[in-house]
Amino acid sequence: MGQITLDKVTKRFGEVEVIPPLDLEIGDGEFTVFVGPSGCGKSTLLRLIAGLEDVSGGQIRIDGRDATETPPARRGLAMVFQSYALYPHMSVRKNIAFPMKMAGVPEDEQKRRIEGAAKALNLTDYLDRRPGQLSGGQRQRVAIGRAIVREPAAFLFDEPLSNLDAALRVGMRLEISELHERLKTTMIYVTHDQVEAMTMADKIVVLRAGHVEQVGSPLELYRSPRNLFVAGFIGSPKMNFIEGEEAGRHDARTIGIRPEHVSVDPSGPWSGVVAVSEHLGSDTFLHIHETGLCDVMTVRAGGELDVHHGDRVRLSPDLSKLHRFDGQGLRIA
Amino acid sequence: MARAVTPRRKAINTALAWGIGILIFFPILWTILTSFKTEAQAIADPPLFLNFDWTLENYVTVQERSNYFRHFWNSVVISVGSTLIGLLIAVPAAWAMAFVPGRRTKDVLMWMLSTKMLPPVGVLVPIYLIFRDTGLLDSRIGLVIVLTLINLPIIVWMLYTYFREIPGEILEAARMDGAGLRSEILYVLTPMAVPGIASTLLLNIILAWNEAFWTLNLTAANAAPLTAFIASYSSPEGLFYAKLSAASTMAIAPILIMGWFSQKQLVRGLTFGAVK
Repeated sequence: MGQITLDKVTKRFGEVEVIPPLDLEIGDGEFTVFVGPSGCGKSTLLRLIAGLEDVSGGQIRIDGRDATETPPARRGLAMVFQSYALYPHMSVRKNIAFPMKMAGVPEDEQKRRIEGAAKALNLTDYLDRRPGQLSGGQRQRVAIGRAIVREPAAFLFDEPLSNLDAALRVGMRLEISELHERLKTTMIYVTHDQVEAMTMADKIVVLRAGHVEQVGSPLELYRSPRNLFVAGFIGSPKMNFIEGEEAGRHDARTIGIRPEHVSVDPSGPWSGVVAVSEHLGSDTFLHIHETGLCDVMTVRAGGELDVHHGDRVRLSPDLSKLHRFDGQGLRIA
Repeated sequence: MARAVTPRRKAINTALAWGIGILIFFPILWTILTSFKTEAQAIADPPLFLNFDWTLENYVTVQERSNYFRHFWNSVVISVGSTLIGLLIAVPAAWAMAFVPGRRTKDVLMWMLSTKMLPPVGVLVPIYLIFRDTGLLDSRIGLVIVLTLINLPIIVWMLYTYFREIPGEILEAARMDGAGLRSEILYVLTPMAVPGIASTLLLNIILAWNEAFWTLNLTAANAAPLTAFIASYSSPEGLFYAKLSAASTMAIAPILIMGWFSQKQLVRGLTFGAVK
């Protein structure tokens, strides 16, 4: 079980309120991702749930029980840190065994679980090494192994992949997703990378300056962002925002259209000059100037489109995918 | 880009390093050599380097005239005792300052260090009078107390720097893994702090072993350590160079041997913070 409820949780550092009263419900077995720009309070929120920071107000409930004053050691949660935070003086085996030793798990049971975790994480050959002798990816796996064996109510991940190189990151992302499929344990995952959020989450919590901007499934956020911030943050490349006359025509202060919903079309209503075209093979991203609508419009076009710097193109938006926002930046339904 | 090292430059660097090394070591070497000369050879002009009649006569005389082992034992008790008591006080202090710093932690550290800026002779008279009135003069306990207090700021500073190097996230990980304060200190913090504590211990034993101001001023016969033993052979006219050298060699030999065996720890202790 791992249902976590935040009830008007606040956090102040001195005079500064980093988390204003915040309510959030994380269901049992859910993979929840906290995402937002740096400094938005997502890590602080995770540390409050972990118990590594004391809340300034409100209540944290784990499986219905008030855990606000419970020390981290007794909350039954496991955490994977950005820096891995392995014990440098212990072998991989001892690192993984440590939480079980603390919990008083019998020796043979410890051994069984270590072997299971090592097998699942491809660590069997490294059990007797020290963390210093492992690569970044292996260290991360040890940190995950250490979290798994204690069979926690929930896993907390604090930007676990940001110290890995790009290729390894994609691999570990899949491993963590698979792990969640297998264990069905609640996971809370903090990241500033919206791609990680989109690909892994059952539920995304978008945070800005301690406020929850929107909570929803990846596709909900993609299809109907509640405001300009969420619209701009979720999706890659970023949504194009258009103000002025063109927006007025759609009864909105601002309209947004994603790059994948604009196509190169000789009979399209918009036109502009290609500044940069990025040919990825599968896709071509065009950065278009002089549209008279916005500074730079990004367009995702077909893979083998033959368009180059300086070419004038006509563009056609898919009006059914247009997002409209009012003067406060809120979505108009 | 790393600078290319030409063979010529390498030869010059090597020669320079050896030169400086010998320059630093020369006084100790000369002391050891002189201890094997006769008194006449010790003051010979021009000085004799290796071509003299090697003799152990000085060592025999020194051991006959004074009880080396009593001084040696006093040195051991005073240096090890003051260092251990110092660590006992400094470990919790440094721990608190490194892991739960308050608003004034930096000021406290500076203030402790500032006590080292006071010339010891400035407080000699009051401390002497206090020791006289409390019966601590010429006692090993008295010297342990005074050397503990003298070296405490350095011990706290060294440990503080070591503890600061221990990443806080590892301690948080231990907490998440279910460790209470006792387990956290026992299984995680202490093993990681042991190298730092060890080099602090070694360096302070050396400092206390060679401390001469307080040991000379506060002892007479009973508690006199090896520093006083050396001093008893220095006469104003400088007639007993060979015996003085023999006494010095005997006094520094134990600490030199200890230092040799713990080189790795010591180098880390002396360069802490500077190299990772």
